[in-house]
This record gives sequence, structure tokens and C-alpha cells, in this order.
Amino acid sequence: MTVVLVNGAPWDGPPGTTVAALVAQWCESPRGIAVARNGDVVPKSTWEATQITSGDQIEIVTAAAGG
Amino acid sequence: MERAVAGRNRNRGIGTAVPWELMDATPPRTHDPSSPPDADLVIAGQVIASRLILGTGGMTSPQSLREALVDSGTALATVAVRRVDPTTRHSLVDLLGSLDIQVLPNTAGCFTASDAILTAKLAREAFETDWVKLEVIGDDRTLLPDIVELVAAAEELVDDGFVVLPYCSDDPIAARRLEQAGCAAVMPLGSPIGSGLGIRNPHNIALIVEQAGVPVVLDAGIGTASDACVAMELGCDAVLVASAITRAHQPRLMARAMRDAVQAGRAAREAGRITRRYHARASSPFEGMVET
Repeated sequence: MTVVLVNGAPWDGPPGTTVAALVAQWCESPRGIAVARNGDVVPKSTWEATQITSGDQIEIVTAAAGG
Repeated sequence: MERAVAGRNRNRGIGTAVPWELMDATPPRTHDPSSPPDADLVIAGQVIASRLILGTGGMTSPQSLREALVDSGTALATVAVRRVDPTTRHSLVDLLGSLDIQVLPNTAGCFTASDAILTAKLAREAFETDWVKLEVIGDDRTLLPDIVELVAAAEELVDDGFVVLPYCSDDPIAARRLEQAGCAAVMPLGSPIGSGLGIRNPHNIALIVEQAGVPVVLDAGIGTASDACVAMELGCDAVLVASAITRAHQPRLMARAMRDAVQAGRAAREAGRITRRYHARASSPFEGMVET
């Protein structure tokens, strides 16, 4: 299993899970979504090719009402 | 003029022959034919169809937000960047898109340049915009800007191709530093975020306007419509309002009031206010009075 932190919470999934697959689990649509992996932005164009690995810290963000 | 203020007011104009009561509070302006009263707001070469920019935070429902956005007439609205909430169904970006309002992501809540830079880069990826309202605050009690971190973040983001609109102190030197860093506008605060205290130092705002070569957007502290009007009368190019609308008793009505106040203030600025006088000046002629 691959065990990572997604938005601060533990998450585990099959080895080889891609960022794209992770986003699909968390969000209805990838529109308006961005992902950081260990403090670096993962460009949308690389989501399919980027596999998460155990210990990664993933942030999945979107727009919220604010300032 | 001097004779008129002889006596106890004589020495109140420190360092000048003219007491402050007689001085125009606004800086002298020269006529700029390229900037007629109805001129568009242009930031980074892009026309923004309204001089009222809205913040979307603090509203009680998506429907109220939609109504306020529409009635304000805004063309640019800020959003924050936050972790996705899988239970939320409505999309703020879709709402703004449906109203043809440009998204201005902010870096609210960031205390360091590095946090703000990451947030800006995430926003660029999520919303496909290079624009960012750059906020780097110094503490969570005052929410006042940390200018050292702010300038550092601005320099790096400008180098990375961002259109940077920094929320900054009402300090003309800070504003100048940010402009020199390549920011597309400067956004001095009127008073602390959400305080509704209005413009605490109008003289500093006037100084920032006087020197700025980029648009000046009064950001933070607006409490009611007259504050927005004063900002425009001081020569600001636009006003950013969030809490004063979203937390008003009737947000939709306040949105309309802000829209009208910004337009009135802009027109008054362009019209040129009269000089403040210490004593009255009759507007009716004394000639031709009936003699008794």
C-alpha cells in the first residue's frame, strides 16, 4: 500500500496511484483544482504521469470565498 | 487671507505660511486628457470594466453572494485558495465565470514569502490566471502586511511572470518599493482588514496616489459607502470591498451603495473639489441688494 497525507489526513491506496487518480477520488471535476506534492506544484499536464509514493504530503486545493 | 486667521489660529499651519484650514486636502492635479472621467480602469494593459473590486469572503449563502456580485457591477473578484472540501457542491469559480467576472486569487493567510509564492503558483495552476492579490501578513490580530516578506514575494512572483497586486500598508515608501519591484498596481489599506474603520490616514493615501505610476486600489478597512467615495475622491483608481458588503445587514443593497459611491467619488475627483476656506464666501452677489 501507498500511505500518504492528503490535505493533512492519512490516505492509503494501491501502489502506483497517480495524482490524476487521487484527484478523481477527491473532486467531482479537476476544474479549478491544483495539487502540491511535498511543497511543489504538480502541473496538470503531469498528473497522469506522476505517481505518488509513500510518505508524500499532498495538498489538493481550490477556490474558497475570501478577501 | 493671512489677516482672516489672525489671532489664536495664526500658528497652526506648522512650517507653512498658510494654515492647514486653508489648504486643499487633495494634491494639486494637472489635467490629463488621456484620462477622462469615464476612462476605463486598466491594470497590466487589461481593461477592468468596473472600479469596484469585490472580495467574496464572509457571505452567508452562495445566493446572497451572487446577488451582491451582480448588483455591485464588479468585473473582478477575489477568491482564497484552500484545501478542497469534498462535501461542497457549488463552485465559486463557476459562479464567477457565469457572471463574466474575472477571478483574482489571493494569498490570504500567508505569513511568509515562501507560503505566498506557493499559494500564488497553486492559484495559477487551478484558475489559469497569472493575476494574484498578494497578501503577506505579519500577525493574525491586526492582519497588517509584513512589508519585508511582501516585497520579497513580489519580486520573485514578478520574475515568474505574475501580475502582482500587493495588499500593502498605507506607506508611500512601501508602495514605491512595490512599484519598483514590478507590481502592476498597489493596494494600500485604509485600515485593518474587516475593521470597517475607513481611511485612517487619507494624507498618506493622497501621497501614494500622487507618486504612483501604477493604479492605486484602496484595499481593506472600508466600512460604508462614504469610505469608498472618499477613496476615489483622494484619487484612488479603484476600491476593493469585501466585509463591508458581505457582512452588511443587506449585502445586496450595500453592493449597490458601493457601486454608486465609487462612481460618485470618481466623478467628484475629476470635477475638482473647491478649496477649503476658513470663513464663508457668499455665492449670491452683494450688488443690487434692496436698501432699507
